[in-house]
Amino acid sequence: MSVTNRQAALPPVPGGALPGERGPAVQLTDVSKFYGSGPSAVQALDQVSLTVADGQFVCLIGASGCGKSTLLSLVAGLDAPTSGQVSSGGRRVAMMFQEPGLLPWLTVAANIELALRAQKVPKPERQARAQQLLATVRLEGFGGKRPHELSGGMRQRAALARSLAQDADVLLMDEPFGALDAMTRDLLHDELERICAERTLTVVFVTHNVREAARLGDRVILLSSRPGKVIAEYDLPRTGERRIDSPEVSQVAARLTDRLREEVGRHGH
Amino acid sequence: MATDQALRGLDNLELDPGRSGSDPGRVARRAWAALWPKALAIILVLAVWELVDLSGWKHFVLKGPGPVFASLWDQAFHPGPNNPSLWGIIGNTLETAVIGYALALLIGTVAGGLVSRIPPLRAAVGSIISALTTMPSIAWVPFAIILFGQSTSAILFVVILGAAPSIAGGLITGVDYTPPLLLRAGRTMGLRGYALYRYLILPASLPAYIAGLKQGWAFAWRGLMAGELVVQIIGHFTIGQQLSVDQQSLDFAGASAMLIVILVIGLGVDTIFAKIDLAVRRRRGLLDPAAG
Repeated sequence: MSVTNRQAALPPVPGGALPGERGPAVQLTDVSKFYGSGPSAVQALDQVSLTVADGQFVCLIGASGCGKSTLLSLVAGLDAPTSGQVSSGGRRVAMMFQEPGLLPWLTVAANIELALRAQKVPKPERQARAQQLLATVRLEGFGGKRPHELSGGMRQRAALARSLAQDADVLLMDEPFGALDAMTRDLLHDELERICAERTLTVVFVTHNVREAARLGDRVILLSSRPGKVIAEYDLPRTGERRIDSPEVSQVAARLTDRLREEVGRHGH
Repeated sequence: MATDQALRGLDNLELDPGRSGSDPGRVARRAWAALWPKALAIILVLAVWELVDLSGWKHFVLKGPGPVFASLWDQAFHPGPNNPSLWGIIGNTLETAVIGYALALLIGTVAGGLVSRIPPLRAAVGSIISALTTMPSIAWVPFAIILFGQSTSAILFVVILGAAPSIAGGLITGVDYTPPLLLRAGRTMGLRGYALYRYLILPASLPAYIAGLKQGWAFAWRGLMAGELVVQIIGHFTIGQQLSVDQQSLDFAGASAMLIVILVIGLGVDTIFAKIDLAVRRRRGLLDPAAG
């Protein structure tokens, strides 16, 4: 795996975007975001420009206060930027959080069916689709359980199935595996990779875990803190199967860590 | 496939192996564990009562448990020719209770639903509802008699004003306390407007709504007793009215018998609400599994 480092000063690279009529899967142009107003306003994002091509797996990494979650909320349309443009070219966008956010009064299958209902899938189809999605995340046979009866990793897979139920082209993931143990997280990386390959999903994956970013990303984007600004970008072309303990993943992770520490150090005085 | 198998293994290891639910010994043990504290409490009350009676305190009027239960028995199975039967008065009282509570349920739910959905209403009516909740229901009785006279309507008025604010308040609290995480999940799922309310916010507020229903019942029952004690309707015998008659004739046994009836009905309905509450919380995994 070769690593190319591009500085943020360069204009956003089209990043191999297909010349489709809808444009890139995710495009942010000079996006700034302030919370509050007047002198007490806090700037979360500063002139962030980012282009994600269809089918790309992009990891956003940064220390606390880098506006990672803000960025995802803007792409998901949960919030509007103060200035600049956010576009997903009319694609469906689904989002996953660190907590699964499953409705505790519904069974796992009913949770997925509710997402299908929100997409106006007709009733007779819902059950069959939910069963297929459960199989996709390898939860066949657990559809009748309630969320609290499952382990953390299983709940997060159920949440993934619910996101997939939205038939989204773009999946935004906000530290989805942050609360899981290392072994479960490792297995879910494999699963996520398989599912993305099956569906040509575009993924924007926020994490503070450098190894996770190096393991999963086709591209890793490093954000500065307070305000969030793109400071470095790494292309990690896939040359073969990656594992969390592969030497090339470790190598990239080490470089990311160094760059991240440098950035955090700026706030140390 | 290695990942597949490892994942399945992990799932199976992490799942609760499950306790056998059909163990008859366990059911009996649980029933006994639930029963003995209640039995002990009843025995304790009866013993203290008997001791007070034996001590001779207020011995002109005070009766021990024996005569009181005999009076209860007589009212139930051998009412005198001029006395109403116990079942009749319980029936009359419960009829008012059911009608009043049903109306309060309707009014409270509609009011709570509207107030929680419409912000201007919220500002105007929300504080009125909390103010009404703190109002002792007996204070409404004179007001109700002025409005409706000595009639069942007056009692219903007191019952509804007692219960409806609690029910509305429970629903509003439930809507307010919908976890923001679930709201975000619902919105990203594409749930908007009515669908978000119907499939997410309302079910999420169910536990608080049930708490409101339970509190509403307690207030309704108090209001009902207060109303029946004061509002005298000729020929319409009720528990409160009987209690008032017993007071006038200094019938300690009769009055105590009525207190027991009031307590048993109040507790009985309360137990139903407690059971519903428990079932809802169990379904949602809000109970400590070790205690369940």
